Amino acid sequence: MSYSPRQLGDLTPTNPNRRQGLLAVFHIDLPLLVGLLLLCGFGLIVLYSASGEDLGQVERQAVRIFLAFMVMLAIAQLNPATLRRWSPWLYALGLAMLVAVLVFGEIGKGAQRWLDLGVVRFQPSELVKLAVPLMIAWYLAEKRLPPRWQRLATAALMIAVPVLLIAKQPDLGTSLLVASAGIFVLFLAGISWRLIGSLLLGAAGAAPVVWYLMRDYQRQRVLTFLDPEKDPLGAGYHIIQSKIAIGSGGLYGKGWLNGTQSQLDFLPERHTDFIFAVMSEEFGLIGVLVLLAIYMFVISRGLYIATRAQDTFTRLIAGSQTLVFFVYVFVNTGMVTGLMPVVGVPLPLISYGGTSLVTLMAGFGILMSIHTHRRLLPT
Amino acid sequence: MQLKDTIRESQAFLTRAIVAGLLVLAAVIVLIWRLVQLQIIDHEHFTTLSRENRVKVLPLPPTRGLIYDRAGVLLAQNRPAYSLEITPEQVKDLDQTLAELATVIEIDDEDRERFWQLKKRARRFDSVPIRVNLSQDETAQFSVHRHRFSGVDIKAQLLRHYPHGPKTTHVLGYVGRISQRDIEQIDASNYAGTSHIGKNGVEKTYESALHGAVGLEQVEVNAAGRKVRTLEQTPPEPGVDIHLHIDIGLQEVAMKAFGDNNGAAVAINPKDGGVLAFVSQPGYEPNDFVEGISTRDYDALQQDENRPLYNRALHGQYPPGSTVKPFMGLAGLERGAIQFDSSVYCPGFFQLPGNTHRYRDWKKGGHGPMDLDSAIVQSCDVFFYRLAYELGVDRLHDFLSQFGFGNRTGIDLTGESTGLLPSREWKRRTRHQPWYPGETLIMGIGQGYFLTTPLQLAAATAAIANNGVFFTPHVVDYLQSPATGEITPIPPSAHKIPIGLQQNWQDVRAGMQHVVESPRGTAKRIRSDRYTIAGKTGTAQVFTVAQDEEYDEETLEKKYRDHALFIAYAPVEDPQIAVAVVVEHGGHGGSVAAPIARAIMDAYLLPNETRPKDGT
Repeated sequence: MSYSPRQLGDLTPTNPNRRQGLLAVFHIDLPLLVGLLLLCGFGLIVLYSASGEDLGQVERQAVRIFLAFMVMLAIAQLNPATLRRWSPWLYALGLAMLVAVLVFGEIGKGAQRWLDLGVVRFQPSELVKLAVPLMIAWYLAEKRLPPRWQRLATAALMIAVPVLLIAKQPDLGTSLLVASAGIFVLFLAGISWRLIGSLLLGAAGAAPVVWYLMRDYQRQRVLTFLDPEKDPLGAGYHIIQSKIAIGSGGLYGKGWLNGTQSQLDFLPERHTDFIFAVMSEEFGLIGVLVLLAIYMFVISRGLYIATRAQDTFTRLIAGSQTLVFFVYVFVNTGMVTGLMPVVGVPLPLISYGGTSLVTLMAGFGILMSIHTHRRLLPT
Repeated sequence: MQLKDTIRESQAFLTRAIVAGLLVLAAVIVLIWRLVQLQIIDHEHFTTLSRENRVKVLPLPPTRGLIYDRAGVLLAQNRPAYSLEITPEQVKDLDQTLAELATVIEIDDEDRERFWQLKKRARRFDSVPIRVNLSQDETAQFSVHRHRFSGVDIKAQLLRHYPHGPKTTHVLGYVGRISQRDIEQIDASNYAGTSHIGKNGVEKTYESALHGAVGLEQVEVNAAGRKVRTLEQTPPEPGVDIHLHIDIGLQEVAMKAFGDNNGAAVAINPKDGGVLAFVSQPGYEPNDFVEGISTRDYDALQQDENRPLYNRALHGQYPPGSTVKPFMGLAGLERGAIQFDSSVYCPGFFQLPGNTHRYRDWKKGGHGPMDLDSAIVQSCDVFFYRLAYELGVDRLHDFLSQFGFGNRTGIDLTGESTGLLPSREWKRRTRHQPWYPGETLIMGIGQGYFLTTPLQLAAATAAIANNGVFFTPHVVDYLQSPATGEITPIPPSAHKIPIGLQQNWQDVRAGMQHVVESPRGTAKRIRSDRYTIAGKTGTAQVFTVAQDEEYDEETLEKKYRDHALFIAYAPVEDPQIAVAVVVEHGGHGGSVAAPIARAIMDAYLLPNETRPKDGT
């Protein structure tokens, strides 16, 4: 039994989308759309400054944003049920491509992340970012929740395999995001607090093992995080300069285009991973709080959509997507402010670059799809 | 049942979502706290860091003052020069960069050696030259490949150049790169942008005036250290120009007159102590030292048996020989030991009472009866042995020291030697021996322990010519600010030698005039029809001939031959120039040293006739 939204609109006078005509037709959630547009707009303004007033870069990013919104809209049209049916296949495809990357992948910047499909170069890890939570949600939603031990173990394996494959590329940031996407599904599915506690203890115990598995540059990042002053011209340079940028911004900031740290090239990767520092320097604490407010608005809307979702699968997906979005925000800002080690995670929807943008918007497309494809439930 | 499950699952999810939301909130609060910490609490700190980051204070080196001779001829100038410099902090792999550079531009082992040496003491983020004096072609060649070498750049700077090269080295000195030892002696901040400093000569003595004061420029820089714009500027104060008493024409004439001989000549204006010529032969090329001389070339200079690095005029200490006789005569007259017409018979030797040792005269048969005038004119040793004996070492020492013997003249050049005017007290202190009467005799003819520098001789001669007014010799006439044209003269300083009887001085000067003008004078060959000359020849023993041996110039190796000396001033009626010449191993003062003095005096007193003709 499936209903078209129009039918839904016709049949249920309480449907909030009823009065929104076009939005409803295209399965758009207005608050979410507004939040995302605000973020992207803000991002373009900061990018103009961070790129050294390079309109070309801003234009290219605007085009990417437009394309990403198109992807979001397209996915929003899909019925969650369709998505649910695709989940295992997407997951299988993702895994296959990760293996392919390890075997045939292109090497860029010392890491093997890209797969050349002839027409486009593609990062399979981006697909996996969506496929893992979908797969876990699909798997867990088959049976009653909370999941039993056996199913939990299987789910954990489903997360671990792609995470390790990505970590091996090596891409610490993405593997972290993929892992958290999967883990959030488990968490939302209601695994017991006792298990969570013992897992946390286990993680603390596993830290030395992880340390052993890490590449030199990853270890360097951790060491640098612990003591950035130790290597002020090398690895610690990023963090020191970024802290100077943020701190010197003060409450009101130095003004748009007036950030000396950013404009004079002291800030590395200022238009990508470190764009938050540019923003903090030029717009100050007030600007940062505004940005965080918009982020929080998008996140609360996401969580709201999750709680309003009509079945376990969509709930888990919506919740996980929202929380992963927050992980992006927190890992990036935490890194830039020196709270966390330098992990290559962009500031979502603001950093220059198209890859993660498309994935993120696809995720929001899923959220919109979930919220706008509502079944009539027996009450 | 299913419905119930659904509701329960929904409830459980809601709990988890709320927990997740709270966690998100907690994380955001931590983040905001962190931002408050950075942007509010530590704001000042980071503002300071940010300013330090972007604002760099760059020194603006002042332009070094120029040096002119008395006629305004440029002796030291600043020429634009291009060097290839590396900032080691901006280069990842120095060895590799050097290797790659060598494929673009010629770099030899000496360049490398100098680079590593200079790098050791270079300040952080200072550039260090790998190649100096790039030609235009080389500059262009590098520019093409410049993009391949970050941290390597061509630096244009003004480099000292001495157009007259070796002719001026011993008086001007030269500048060289600032060494660690220099740094300890200078105000480092004033030399922040300066690479060179005066190493000796006028360049060293007048270093602070020539250097000027550093200026400062506050610039905004980017992370690569490149200047983006100037925020504030304090212009440097250029060094002042220096005008010397030295006459480059006289320098040239004197050096030419020396020919292949080594020695020194100093010419002084008796009226103010201004040094007109200051020559130590041979000279050496000062421009080689400006950018650092190679070890090989330096070793060659040091091992050269003519010792070009040795400043004979300033450091050279020679027995004055017979040139001391006018001073001796004056001492005898002023101290009452002799009268102008006291006569002494010269049998060719002198003996101390009760001693058989014969102090020989240079003229074997003796000069016969001698008075002061003829003793000076013919340079009779016996006369002055006797005079010295009668005066005694103490009176001799006290009188001669008035003319500056045994002391630094105080010339404005560093490293002057004191010479040696021996005394009883000196001998006791340094040799722990009593003074022997025979040593007084030897001192009376300017031999023995007695040592003078050519500069001292010239200054003392000037004092005789100037009737007892002893001017401290000085090379620099005045300083002139290049900006305002304001002139700061270097005032002459003088002390007056007390005159007992004016006639005594005139008598001695007459004797000196007869040395040149009398047919029996030892320097009669330099007599001039155009002006009057007073002088005294001297021969300083290098090699002591045993009591019974003959000194035979012809058979003696040159390095054992006597030094030839000559002192003179002219014109006698109104002295304008006093000269002292020492020709090492030149033999007789009259035949070798006197013509050099004459050439210098001609060039000075008859400039229009001598200068265009020189070289013929």
